[in-house]
Amino acid sequence: MATPQAHLKGNDGLNHYYSFILALLFALAAGLVGSFAFMKRMVLASDVISHLALPGLGVAFLLHVNPLAGGAASLFLGAFLIWWLQGRTGLSLDSMIGIVFACALALGAAITPNEDLLEALLGGFQQPSLLGLLLGVLAAAIVVMGILRLKDQMILGLFSSDLAIATGVNIRREDLFFLLLFSLTVLIGLRFTGALLGSALIIVPAATARQLATNVASFVTISCSVSILAVSVGWLCNSLFVGASTPGPTIVIVSAILFASSLLKRH
Amino acid sequence: MNSLLSVENLGVSFGNRVVIENLNFQVKSGDTLAVIGPNGSGKTVLLKALLGLVPYTGSVRWSDTVRIGYVPQKIEADRQLPLTIRDLLTAKSRFLKLGANDMEAACREVGLSFDLLNAAIGAISGGQFQKVLIALAWLGSPNTLLFDEPTASLDELTEERIYDWLHTTQTQRSLTVVLVSHDLSVVYRYANTVLCLSRNKICIGPPREVLSPQLLEELYSAPPMYYQHIHGGNAAGTSERE
Repeated sequence: MATPQAHLKGNDGLNHYYSFILALLFALAAGLVGSFAFMKRMVLASDVISHLALPGLGVAFLLHVNPLAGGAASLFLGAFLIWWLQGRTGLSLDSMIGIVFACALALGAAITPNEDLLEALLGGFQQPSLLGLLLGVLAAAIVVMGILRLKDQMILGLFSSDLAIATGVNIRREDLFFLLLFSLTVLIGLRFTGALLGSALIIVPAATARQLATNVASFVTISCSVSILAVSVGWLCNSLFVGASTPGPTIVIVSAILFASSLLKRH
Repeated sequence: MNSLLSVENLGVSFGNRVVIENLNFQVKSGDTLAVIGPNGSGKTVLLKALLGLVPYTGSVRWSDTVRIGYVPQKIEADRQLPLTIRDLLTAKSRFLKLGANDMEAACREVGLSFDLLNAAIGAISGGQFQKVLIALAWLGSPNTLLFDEPTASLDELTEERIYDWLHTTQTQRSLTVVLVSHDLSVVYRYANTVLCLSRNKICIGPPREVLSPQLLEELYSAPPMYYQHIHGGNAAGTSERE
């Protein structure tokens, strides 16, 4: 039976465990960020934000440096560009994301070497070292603490941006922080899911939770639980049955099955 | 008494369309200012400018002691959101770093039933939704309330209760109120100053002095339906049909 260790680059067994822990942390961050992205009606927009990593991945592959460093640079740069353009033009966040996404995808496809393109799109980079794991833990902690800190401002803004501003919430700053936290979450999962599936685990568990939740706390809790369940089951299925070089696609398929199950339960 | 709010040369434009131009007025602590005018005269825009929600020219100066509660005319909230009334009130309480009891106190004061706290925002009636907005505005004990047609689309009984609450609270707490209303009987009953906005005329003063039938006709470009019945001396409920 094929195991991920046999397929992934870097066959250190310990690193495989690091990789799994990192995937669980990604699941937690994705469930949390996803629930607010869903409520902020940024689901489709969120999907394309993950593609912003592509040009950075392409440059990193070209220069033979860590692809995650390149992905991080273009993700954060893209997120900031989206935010800045929205403030400058006054147009919707969605349209700005669409514009930056189209440029990023075209640029990424043009500069990523053909042999690395599939890896950039679907994940499966080298397994993390101890330092990689620690950076992942730090990133996940920043996402969790950041969302918890922004939570009340986002809830007020979701209800009414005018009311939120009148209460003293800085909506522009909150939008920027959320975009950066979203990008950081995509970055944590980039090695598993690549640029193409990066946001799937952010979106699908949140959509599942919406079928079942009755308030914000239960929405966030269910979203995180579904995300962690999808990663655990997807990882296991990939190890035992699929044997793909990256567990990302299996994880996304499991999360889609969980979403389908939530539809049955609701109706 | 010092002004709580001082507005000088206020102007608001959207592109080439001038909505408010060269507007000057002051509001003293404890005043009730009613803003009236025909549709499109800039009443809601004025409130938004006072709150800094739209860009403007001129100056809007609030006293340092002001704590504002705002009840908007419309809420664009997605009623499909998994947001309960408790989620909303808790979010504002936490953001303002209020104590645990403040939320319950605000609900009690505006008559919002505790049973309603766990209801989703999409599952409550228009009247209940309006009470939620008022409770949300009242949270944090504001000394100034900005009401933008707070009773639009509500039945008369609910409207009456809301204005009674507002009037009682204002008397007890020396609350300052800036109120947008289409209902002239409300203006006569509760406001001590009225600000009339229209494209060609701006006027301000006590309702009995300012709201003449001629002015109302100019404002609304139609024969006035209500005017103040001055002889008799009772301002409340004395409007009558011509």
